[in-house]
Amino acid sequence: MGKTISEKILSAHSLPSGRWRTCQLPIGIGVDAYAGDIVVAKIDVAMIQDGTGPLTIQEFQKLGKSKVFNSSRTVLFLDHAAPSPRKELSNAHLILRQFASQTGSKLCEVGSGVCHQILAEDYVNPGEILIGADSHTCTAGALGAFATGMGSTDVAVGIALGKTWFKVPQTFRVDVEGKLEKGVYSKDLILHFIGGIGSDGATYKALEFAGEAIEKMGMAERFTLTNMSVEAGAKAGLIATDAKTEKFLKHQGRCKMFMVVKPDEDAIYEKKINIDASDVVPLVAAPHSVDNVKAVEEVKDTKIDQVFIGTCTNGRLEDLQIAAKILKGKKKHPNTRLIVAPASHAIYLQALKKGVIEILVNAGAMIFPPGCAACVGVHGGILGDGEVCLSTQNRNFKGRMGNPEAEIYLSSPATAAVSAIKGEITDPREALK
Amino acid sequence: MKLQAKAWKFGDNISTDLIAPGRYFHLRTNLPELAKHVLEDADADFAKKVRKGDIIVAGKNFGLGSSREHAAQIIKLAGVSAVLAKSFARIFYRNAINIGLPALEVDTDKIYAGDEVEVEPASGTVFNKTRNIGLQAKPLPEFMFQLLKDGGLVEHIKKHGDFRLQ
Repeated sequence: MGKTISEKILSAHSLPSGRWRTCQLPIGIGVDAYAGDIVVAKIDVAMIQDGTGPLTIQEFQKLGKSKVFNSSRTVLFLDHAAPSPRKELSNAHLILRQFASQTGSKLCEVGSGVCHQILAEDYVNPGEILIGADSHTCTAGALGAFATGMGSTDVAVGIALGKTWFKVPQTFRVDVEGKLEKGVYSKDLILHFIGGIGSDGATYKALEFAGEAIEKMGMAERFTLTNMSVEAGAKAGLIATDAKTEKFLKHQGRCKMFMVVKPDEDAIYEKKINIDASDVVPLVAAPHSVDNVKAVEEVKDTKIDQVFIGTCTNGRLEDLQIAAKILKGKKKHPNTRLIVAPASHAIYLQALKKGVIEILVNAGAMIFPPGCAACVGVHGGILGDGEVCLSTQNRNFKGRMGNPEAEIYLSSPATAAVSAIKGEITDPREALK
Repeated sequence: MKLQAKAWKFGDNISTDLIAPGRYFHLRTNLPELAKHVLEDADADFAKKVRKGDIIVAGKNFGLGSSREHAAQIIKLAGVSAVLAKSFARIFYRNAINIGLPALEVDTDKIYAGDEVEVEPASGTVFNKTRNIGLQAKPLPEFMFQLLKDGGLVEHIKKHGDFRLQ
């Protein structure tokens, strides 16, 4: 019986006896685990961040353990409150730093960037399992890895034992045929999908994205899709590996880690969803839920007080380049603040070298350090009562950016950049003609 | 174990941002303080009104969003003995069971704010005493029930030294 990508990876990492493989095996050698089975699977990478990490460490210590399963693949990130705006969070950072030095785990310091971006750049390989105490851990699925978000206790046990239990998920196969129109991006595509299926439409499921439009996408756009899989409730979002995955890994100095990860042709899907890429238009998620999706056309002229371009969803070099192309030689609207945060230190450096940052700063942008920045409402960029923000992030829940009296719209970097110039939500297709 | 409880009613899509707002991020290392703000953005006075043993009764997709386990932790710390919802977001569901907070999927339309409800997590039977209506929750997967019985995942691992799937 054929397997989905999730079934293949979970099969290769699990043994029914409770033992698990300790070395790299080609996918397909292991047990035969199918959707609905409960397995105990070896994990390859585990991560925590400054918001969820202190609780993870507390639970880890309750287990009476002092060693992590693999110190070179246990990664701690200081990204949600970076740099720290207050002493309590500075102290939380100290807890993670101390744990790193005690266990030899990897620490990504303040300023390194958002966990999901760095995991993709430096840590996660095709065919592997990543668990992370952050819901957007699913981002790494674009590398053909089974990556999923969990709570602190689950990750604490994972870090202690090097394994966790999974219910092998059913898979929804999402085939996107055709070509996205100019001015329409993978962010619009994933908003289109979530708007259709709803914020709980894929709860417990794995999503497999495939088809012509996905094959044509670069890795940056693919990460946007898998990043937001959880916004439909999904456990994981996966994309088969191809030459683009290989090129990405080569660029990151990990070409040896490439491996073909793809579903069997006779894999069984719970549902098949077909999307015609040419049906997708520039979209926003309107307040206060990600599935409250509207065409930009429907909300155009909505005044915005702040635009934020960045995050694990859309803070990659390609995203900043799209924004810079639109903002080149222009100024942001005087009544609209423009915040840009590169998703990682490496992206920041590349954007500097390519002149992208200069264009953005000339247009009136404030550049925040690599990290989660304004997305989580912890430090810079908190909104005032009644203020409206257009952001390239993945969530617009009430209170998300630090103030429940504010409103958040989500869009692509192109829509965000065009809207920053006009001071109101604007369709990017005009500017790109 | 049978719980006798007063119901606090919430709607659909109660996010972890509503349960544990991001503006209290700095209190995540001080759960008793954070618990004073539990569900604040869904019901401003909930933390003051809720009594030990009460239950939360919600619509669909309870706990969607961030993986912050603090959301489940502070619901438990506030004294809530169980959460009943039409459905749960995946991470919250696992988190609740992992910390020993019963999370039961049941048709909650027939439970209203302030109703007196009897809940038996083991069998999933729910009885609305105020309205004399019996309800049946979806049974927990056996392994998750085992975790709940052991007092959560950490206690389970301490007891068995490993995952004990049977």
